[in-house]
Amino acid sequence: MSGDDKIHLSYQVEGGDLTRAGEASSSVKQTLRKLGLDPAVIRRVSVCMYEGEINMVIHANGGLAMVDVGLDDIVITLTDFGPGIPDIDKAMQAGYTTAADSVRDLGFGAGMGLPNMKKYSDDMKIKSIVGMGTTVTMVINIP
Amino acid sequence: MTVQELADTLQLKEFNMGEPDRTAEGGYCGDLLSWVMGRAVAGGAWLTIMSNVNVAAVASLADVACVILTEGVQPDPPLLARCRAQDINLLGTEMSTYDCAGKLHALIG
Ligand SMILES: Nc1ncnc2c1ncn2[C@@H]1O[C@H](COP(=O)(O)OP(=O)(O)OP(=O)(O)O)[C@@H](O)[C@H]1O
Ligand SMILES: [Mg+2]
Repeated sequence: MSGDDKIHLSYQVEGGDLTRAGEASSSVKQTLRKLGLDPAVIRRVSVCMYEGEINMVIHANGGLAMVDVGLDDIVITLTDFGPGIPDIDKAMQAGYTTAADSVRDLGFGAGMGLPNMKKYSDDMKIKSIVGMGTTVTMVINIP
Repeated sequence: MTVQELADTLQLKEFNMGEPDRTAEGGYCGDLLSWVMGRAVAGGAWLTIMSNVNVAAVASLADVACVILTEGVQPDPPLLARCRAQDINLLGTEMSTYDCAGKLHALIG
């Protein structure tokens, strides 16, 4: 293979529309299945990606999801131009949420998304500037 | 035990059987989607009273063998449509979550 032996996937995630939320994650899952990856790895990617995708939909009016599938790892990069996260340590705490009642009624807003992303990735970084947006990067190693 | 055998044994309502021969083992009860995402066992049964369309995405991405709507809850039409399109096993029962989980525990751990 030439210089770049990774597969790049990218998705525009619409903000606010919870009836379509999760489409990007589902598409990634299908692609990884076709590539024949270990179901345990696919599941970890699916959890990380879904939680990040939903956060962009609910909290950031949408964004861009990029997934780089390599031989050794899968890197998920989620970029949005939403309100940003003022206190990342606080946001990472299990149970912390600012979700509105309307999305809580649908089962979101447990404050468990970011903790799940941390738990199911091998590395996770959040960069956020209030008023500018947020970038979340997660790495899942392929054993 | 397959999902079909489970449905027959517990006389569950079959809203959609996309993958009846899938084996189900273990399970999780929960309605908060991120809890389910983080804690549901792959290949297990997921018992919930949530019936909106997002249940389909969670079921598929958490890789559960089947969703069982308990307490007589009916699926919202968009959920049923999504389960049909994505071959997700969607079952239902009049049993309470507690009773259903108890029965499941004896059958599939
Ligand atoms: N992309 C984002 N932009 C702005 N704020 C965010 C973003 N992601 C998370 N947050 C903030 O961090 C909080 C915690 O996020 P987390 O995903 O853990 O929980 P939640 O989304 O509120 O609920 P759950 O994920 O359990 O449905 C959110 O309530 C929100 O305030
Ligand atoms: Mg979240």
